[in-house]
This record gives sequence, C-alpha cells and structure tokens, in this order.
Amino acid sequence: MTVPGVLGILVFVVVLILIAKPIGLYLYAVYDLRKTWLDPLMRPLERLVYRISGVNEDREMRWTEYFLAILAFNLIGFVVLYVLLRIQAALPFNPAHMKDLGPHLSFNTAVSFMTNTNWQAYGGESTMSYFSQAMLMVQQFLSPITGMGMILAFIRGLSRRNANTLGNFWVDLTRTLLWVSLPFAFVAALVLIALGNPQNWGPYITAHTLQGGTQIIAQGPVGMMNAIMQLGDNGGGFFNMNAGHPYETASAASLMFQLILGFSIPVGLTYYFGKVVKDTRQGWTILGAMLAMFLAGTLIMYHAEAVGNPLLAHLGIHGPNMEGKEVRFGPALSSLFETSTTAVSWGSTAAANDSLTPVGGLVTLFNMMSGEVIIGAWGVGLLGMLAFAILAVFLAGLMVGRTPEYLGKKIQSYEVKMAVLALIVPTFVILGLSAWAVVSKGGLAGIYNPGPHGLSEVLYAFSSGVGNNGSAFGGLDAASPFYTWTVGLAMLFGRFAMYIPALAIAGSLVRKQAVPESAGTFPTHGVLFAALLIATVIIVGALVFFPALALGPLAEHFALWSGHLFGGGA
Amino acid sequence: MLKHLWTAARLLVIFIVLTAGVYSAVITGLAQTLFPAQANGSLVRIHGRIIGASMIGQSFTSPKWFDSRPSAANYNAAASAASNYGPTNPLLIKEVKTNLSAFLKENPGIKAEQVPPSMVESSDSGLDPDITPSAAYLQAPRVARVNHVPLSVVKQLIARHVHGRFLGMYGNPYVNVLKLNLALRSWIHRHHP
Repeated sequence: MTVPGVLGILVFVVVLILIAKPIGLYLYAVYDLRKTWLDPLMRPLERLVYRISGVNEDREMRWTEYFLAILAFNLIGFVVLYVLLRIQAALPFNPAHMKDLGPHLSFNTAVSFMTNTNWQAYGGESTMSYFSQAMLMVQQFLSPITGMGMILAFIRGLSRRNANTLGNFWVDLTRTLLWVSLPFAFVAALVLIALGNPQNWGPYITAHTLQGGTQIIAQGPVGMMNAIMQLGDNGGGFFNMNAGHPYETASAASLMFQLILGFSIPVGLTYYFGKVVKDTRQGWTILGAMLAMFLAGTLIMYHAEAVGNPLLAHLGIHGPNMEGKEVRFGPALSSLFETSTTAVSWGSTAAANDSLTPVGGLVTLFNMMSGEVIIGAWGVGLLGMLAFAILAVFLAGLMVGRTPEYLGKKIQSYEVKMAVLALIVPTFVILGLSAWAVVSKGGLAGIYNPGPHGLSEVLYAFSSGVGNNGSAFGGLDAASPFYTWTVGLAMLFGRFAMYIPALAIAGSLVRKQAVPESAGTFPTHGVLFAALLIATVIIVGALVFFPALALGPLAEHFALWSGHLFGGGA
Repeated sequence: MLKHLWTAARLLVIFIVLTAGVYSAVITGLAQTLFPAQANGSLVRIHGRIIGASMIGQSFTSPKWFDSRPSAANYNAAASAASNYGPTNPLLIKEVKTNLSAFLKENPGIKAEQVPPSMVESSDSGLDPDITPSAAYLQAPRVARVNHVPLSVVKQLIARHVHGRFLGMYGNPYVNVLKLNLALRSWIHRHHP
C-alpha cells in the first residue's frame, strides 16, 4: 500500500459525503414538486408524456397497485428487448453484421437489463449491433428508476401518517427520467467523450500497426451508453471488458468521474431520506454505516492486492497482483473500483475479479452477499438497509424489552416478518442455486478455475444475479444454457422477492399513526445505531454465508499462502 | 393489470424515442462537433494511413520496439478479454514463467527481481496501452542497441512520456507504448534518414 493510494481512497470518501447533501436536496425538489431550474423545459414535456400515455398525475396508488404498475412496466420492457435481440440481424445500425441472439442468451440478457443487473453473458463488441446497444441503453435508463420508485414509495410509507397510498409509479418514473436520468446523463456523456469515449456509428476500423500487422478496432456510440451505464449503476458495458477497456476509461481521471457518477444518486438518496422524514441525522447515520463498511472493504482489498501473489515470489516476481489489472489504474484505484462496483450493486468492472487475490475476491463476495446494502444501486440499496434498520430496532427492542419503533412508527410482527422475508429469500436462492450448480453436470462444466476458486466463481455468479449486481468472476461460462437460465432466474428472484415484502412493509406503515417520541424510544441516529446496523448486516445478512465462504475464498487464501496450487494445468 | 400494461406500453414507446432517439442524436451531434477526435476513436495516422488508436494497445514483438504488456486477447481490439486466471491456477504460474523467461532473454543483464509484475501478468482489457516507467527503462538498453540510438536519447524519450498520477493520488504512473514507439520512430527518421 502506498501513501497516494490510501490518501486517494480517503479523499474519495470525503467527496461522497460532500455530494450527498446537494444531490439529496435536488432530489427533494424533484419529488416534492419544489422549483428546479429545469422546470421550464421539463414541465411541458412531462405534461405531454402524461397526455399521450393517459396518466392522471394526481391519482395515487396503494402498495399493491404500485407494485402492479412496476411489474407491468418491467414485463413490457422485457418482452420488447427480448424480441429485438432475437431479430437483431434484420434491424438497422449493424455495420459489423452481428447475428441474431439465441433464445437462452436473449432471455438472460433481457432479464438482466430489465432488472438493473446488467449481467453480461456476451461480449458487447463481438455480439451486439449498435441498434441493440441503444436498446440495452433504454433499459439502462429505465430499470434503475424501478428501484427509485421502490424507495420513494417506501420512504412515503415511513413519513406519511394515517394514509393509504404511496404515490403514483408513472409519475415517479417520468419525473425521474426527465429531471434526473436524462439531464445528468447528458452532461456525463459529454464529459466522458471529452475524456476519450468514442461516439460514432461507423464500421470497425482497420489499422495497420507500427510493427506491420493489422488490428481491427471496434467502434460505436460508447459515450452515450457509458454515461447512463455508470450513472444508473447498471454496469453493462459497451465492450466485453467494460470499464477496463481503454475506450470506456482512457485514464484515471475518467475512472474517478465514473466512480462519482455511480455513487451520486444512491448517496444523495440517503440525504433525501433524512429530509423527507424531517430528521437529516437519520440519513447521515445510514450513510455513515454504509461508508464505514465500504472503507473497510476497500482498504482490505487494496492491502491484499498490493501484497500480491506469494506463489510468484518464488519466480522472483515481487509486487502487487497485476493479473487482470490495467497499468494506468494500478492496485489502489482498481481495488477502489472493484469494491465500489460490488458495494453499489453496480457491476461495472475495471479489473478482472476472477484474478483478484482470494481476500480481494472475498471482499467482493461479502459486499454482494450482505444484500447490496453498502450504498447499493438506485433505491434498492437504501431499501435493503432500511429493512436491516427495522430488524436492528427489533433486535434492540428485544434486548431492552420494549416495543420497537422506527421513525415514529411502531414496528410489529408483520413488518419484522416481511423484513426477514426480504432478506432470507435472496440468501436461499444464492445458496440453493450454488449447491445445485456444484452437483450438476451443466453447472460443473461451466467452471473455469480449478479448486476452491471454482466454487468462488459459482457463488459470485448467483450473488451477482440475486443482488442485481451484474459483475462476474469472468472465467465462468456464463453463456452456457445452465448458467443463462439459472442466473436469469436468480436475477428475477433477487428483484421481485425483495420488492413485494418491501412494498408490503410500506403499505402497512403508511396506515399507522405516529407514536410520540418518549424516553424509552431507542434513538436511530448516531454512532451507536450505526454500529448496531453494521452488526445486524454482518450477523443477520452475511454470517449465513460463512460456511460457503470458508470453502471458497478462505480455503483458497490458506492454500495460496502455504504454496498450494490446484489442478494439473502446469 | 391490462390497463397498466397499456399505459406501460405507451410510456415505453415515448421513452424509447426520448432516450434511444433524441438523447442519442443530440449526444452524437454534439460529440462530433465538439470532440471529433475522441468521438471517432482517437485514431493515430501517419501520412493519412491509420496505424492505431492512441489509447488502444497494440502488439509489439520485434526487439526494436518497446514491448506492450502480455495480453489474453492478443491485442484483438474487436474482442477484448482477460485471462481470468485465479491466483492458485497453475496456468497463471505457467503464464508468468513463460513471459518472464521471454522478457529476460530479450533484455539480457536484467534479473527477475527487477521485472515489474505488470510486465509478466496479462492486463484486464487485453488492450492495455501502457507499461510502467520501470518496465520502459528496463527495455531501454535493448531498444538503444538494436536501433543504434544512444541510450541517453532513449532514456530522455521515456522520461518525456511518463504520465503521473491524476491529482497526485489516483492511478499509477505510466508510459503509453504506442506514443513512445512513435517518438522513437520519428527520432530515428530525423537522425538516420
């Protein structure tokens, strides 16, 4: 570890704290219908959208209807994307003559982009036409907003008293797209293009290299997609190697910009949450707990990657683990990005996660298995963390023998049951599918690296699918029928099995009266509650994975340091 | 539910027009006007002939050029790829051994301990355009000898091409191999025409 490396990580965390409030205030203005400087442009457009689509913006929805609206919108999005991928060859903007995608891959990809996962069982520049990339980009605009709708509804459930409704999904969707996604992505795309992203629709270029060979260089409208891919915590890159590809990230400056893009909305949402419940300390406490875990994970991974691979020391190679890393990023920035991408449920990668040290890989797995609540993607990260907060006050209530409350609402058995359900279903799906994979032919055939590392690949795939993360231990044969369908199912479960109980909690809380704060109320702000929250995440969320992690990354770590290799490749 | 599906379908069409249509067109138009070089792939030309893209690494195997890093994609810029070797995979050890002995053979007088890991381990994108400054300096004596260029000149060229960290904190110092080799080529053309 170097001084600039550690300093850079600390400065980045400070930047995140600094941007939380301004972004949170902007979100507050957008969703609470205060004035913003975009109104003169967007308000007429918004009215036009409602007129064409027949939406009554004043009509509010109960939690069940809100969920049905989300479901309908996702279903239509999935079907349209699936069909377009199946008939890609017949569609325009295909200068590299890409063929139609098969049913397995189309299903997997359409689910992946509809659920904000962006798991990529294909290589972009060798599979997708420019038209398909643009259609994937449409879902990169829309799928994060589903998560945004979820958290807006949930926060309304917490903040409204004696009400029935949680808002109108169509309005939340439209306002987020017009006031947040489009304007932010617009600026971001121009910055990214200035920093080196291509933005053209031309054929691939043939270069005659300096040494006398030829090199075909893939092109495309990279900048416009990269902007919303990072801003929306989508993570599905234009190119196979994602943010590690020099056309997506030409410099450390560009990568830092993309990092800030990816964190901006989720971090701002924590402040927005505090603002809506009229106690900003609540938001800061949640953000503090998230950032503490994020910082710890980043430093642990950076340490492991900087120490490097002891097996190579025998050959005389000393220094950081640079397999699967780019020189312009180095170990510190690569570790910062890979921790971020798993913590934010984001999935863009700037280094090969499959080639991380076992401890580095463990950090990425922990971030996903704990429920993608360490920051997390648009809405869903905060949503998961609030579910943990409900459990935390319940556990604290058990310890002191009082009825638990959260933000003035009584937490009763219904809410606790739903919160547990939201957290337990993903766990069951990850472990169940992983177990199936390692005892079935199709599952085993797709594993690339031998030994415990192979188990890590499988655990990673399902954690990434369920957590709607989308990054991968890239060696796994994600395009095989077994993994396209199982990971596809994992993505669907991860998304909707969390939505239903979360909205059910919101629907129950919104009807409740406010309980006045008393001396017996357990404070849900401050360092004590942040620590309790972290403990709940680790004990309730992550500890259940310990046996699996012991057989995967931990076993590999000890093998590595005792000089043990697996398989007979050498 | 049917009513919601109908609303959803109409909204989806509008949003496809707004994002894939309007947003795409405006961004493309502005990019081509404001940043035409980047938007068209940061291509490098010599006498009008495209020899590569400044930020996309290319293969250099001849001893007269500075080597790029090992690449799992063989510098195929239409199919980026990493090796995905795990740390306990014997193939990783084999790869490093092979790359190391090739590097030591090509650059006599260097010890394995001097070789930075990035020069024997393959990159993430398979298209890494850069090497570390130390990896460039290790190759300087060979490049000078093969091209009959004074060592001091080669070292000056490297020094001029070292990029520092962003804001002094982010990323690693690096040398762009294609730009360095182009500078070497033009020095040779100027002094040995």
